[in-house]
Amino acid sequence: MAVFVIRRLIGLIAVLFAITVMTFLIFFATPGVDPSRQLAGRNPQPAVVAAIKHQFGLDRPLPIRYLLMMKRLFVSRDLVSYGNQALKVVPAITSATPVTFSLVFGAAVIWVVLSILTGLLAVVFKGTIVDPLLMILALIGISMPVFWLGEVANLITQDRLHNTFLFHWVPPNGYTPLTANPWQWFLHLIIPWLTLSVLYIGFYARVLRANLLDVANEDYVRTARAKGLSERRVLLKHMLRTSMITFVSLFGLDFGVLVGGGAILTEVVFGLPGVGKLTYDSLVSLDLPVIMATVIYGAFFITIANALVDIVYARLDPRIRPA
Amino acid sequence: MLRNRIALAALALFILIVIVSFGAPIYARDIAHADPFSSNISGTTTVNGKTVQVIQQGGGALGLGEIPIGPTWTSRYFLGADSQGRDVAARVLYGGRASLEIGIGSAVICCIAALILALIAGFYRRWVDSILSRLMDLIWAFPVYLLAISLATVLLTLQHPFINPSSLWIPTIIIAVVYVPYVYRPVRGQVLSVREKEYVEAATSQGASNFRLMFNEILPNVVTTVIVMLPLMIATTILTESALSFLSIGVQPPKASWGTIIDDGQALLYTRPWVAIAPGIMIVLTVLSLNILGDGVRDALDPRAKLRMKG
Repeated sequence: MAVFVIRRLIGLIAVLFAITVMTFLIFFATPGVDPSRQLAGRNPQPAVVAAIKHQFGLDRPLPIRYLLMMKRLFVSRDLVSYGNQALKVVPAITSATPVTFSLVFGAAVIWVVLSILTGLLAVVFKGTIVDPLLMILALIGISMPVFWLGEVANLITQDRLHNTFLFHWVPPNGYTPLTANPWQWFLHLIIPWLTLSVLYIGFYARVLRANLLDVANEDYVRTARAKGLSERRVLLKHMLRTSMITFVSLFGLDFGVLVGGGAILTEVVFGLPGVGKLTYDSLVSLDLPVIMATVIYGAFFITIANALVDIVYARLDPRIRPA
Repeated sequence: MLRNRIALAALALFILIVIVSFGAPIYARDIAHADPFSSNISGTTTVNGKTVQVIQQGGGALGLGEIPIGPTWTSRYFLGADSQGRDVAARVLYGGRASLEIGIGSAVICCIAALILALIAGFYRRWVDSILSRLMDLIWAFPVYLLAISLATVLLTLQHPFINPSSLWIPTIIIAVVYVPYVYRPVRGQVLSVREKEYVEAATSQGASNFRLMFNEILPNVVTTVIVMLPLMIATTILTESALSFLSIGVQPPKASWGTIIDDGQALLYTRPWVAIAPGIMIVLTVLSLNILGDGVRDALDPRAKLRMKG
């Protein structure tokens, strides 16, 4: 086990290094990208361009520039935005993380509960109209662009039905920190949570249903029935438990992707100042250091989360550990 | 049988959407009588026999500002106008053409690239396979949207005479690249196993060249996997395109796609919601039809496949 963990950690470090190199190359070594021109404004003086180049280390050779960038990102943490030099990139990301976490965590709770419920209902009612109906609903959920769904939700809850008893409680778009006012935090996030979870409810319900139907023919399920267990017990204690293996591993990946920046569209539509919104705001001005930093943050988060999932898995299931 | 019929209905819906979208120029010229790409702020149109301004003064809660005309449900300005006074219905059709071109184009390019890379990696194995597979792992490690955002940002900052920022090829190539590992992985696994089959051995003993082995012996036996994935890939790439365009780093003006129209509609959401709602409905119908079709194709060609894509 220790060997496996060490090997996995060495692999992790190699991937993290490769991620920083690739991101750096995309942003600062693509031929034709010259950030200094963008920084210096229109018709810049050569001296101004040179000064900016020196300030950001753009006049150094490529490997040195990489090292300088990584030092400013991880060691001194004083990388500043190109557009707004008062914006320190690393603190901006750290202060945006709780927002993204709040959004994704709540959505995850909703999608796990509702998708298990939907998947179970579809299997219980297999052969009736309920099963195909639920699966079509799930497919529609998968087919909706989340930002559009968010806009429709805004239209309904903020405007068209806002003055009715249904949605008069919905606060204007924005975010209140959990520590400042837990109730407002909750109210502000309900609609974003529901919007973000729709896609995953549909997807997970379909995966779970397929898995449940797969294991329905397994010997141990037949044995459980033969022992005289109630149908409910067979479904919940035997079939659901095995089916959850795929479910949990998918969940680990998706949760990582969302916290790592995958929730950008939801954050933009609902004006939640998370990491995704930070990326979006710098997209408008094509602010390379901020975008690079958020991309590295996202890829790091996902890679580390995956490594943790692998290690936990190896702990639970010895067959995964290589000999 | 019922499932087949549903899949056929989905295919019919998808083809209908394609035909309607590619008929956009005809709709704009002969039905809407409008150029959906030039602004028409001071124009007028006729509603119920009365001449009205396309951009009306005094809209909004305070009676200030200007709002575009809403849906007339007649041939001109069927879905109303956007903030530039352009015909939304005609724009949605033109936008659909761009979205479909990018979606289908990037899915096809992605599948072909992944197929070729997987053939090379699985056939030569050893260091070729190691390098290609490590590269794919690296792309895989990035969240799809973040990698696409990175590539799009850089390509849009480029100041190069050969690169036209409003070309549809930019989003097409970017989306194709980010999804290559998702097709590469299953296909490479198949190539590795097909390569060991007797008929490949037989062809080798007849002195077939490597090229012939790859493309005449192995390729036909792994291409099903890719065909099964194609409808689901197109569904995924259309969703990705709309997301990138919504974030303003996909299709660039003057061109429009469903994603950019939803983005435009955000400012008019509470006054003229149809600008944002209509292209979204088109996306849902297109992606839904492709998802149903993809399920049907998978059941028909590859009943044991466990692979499922999502957008």
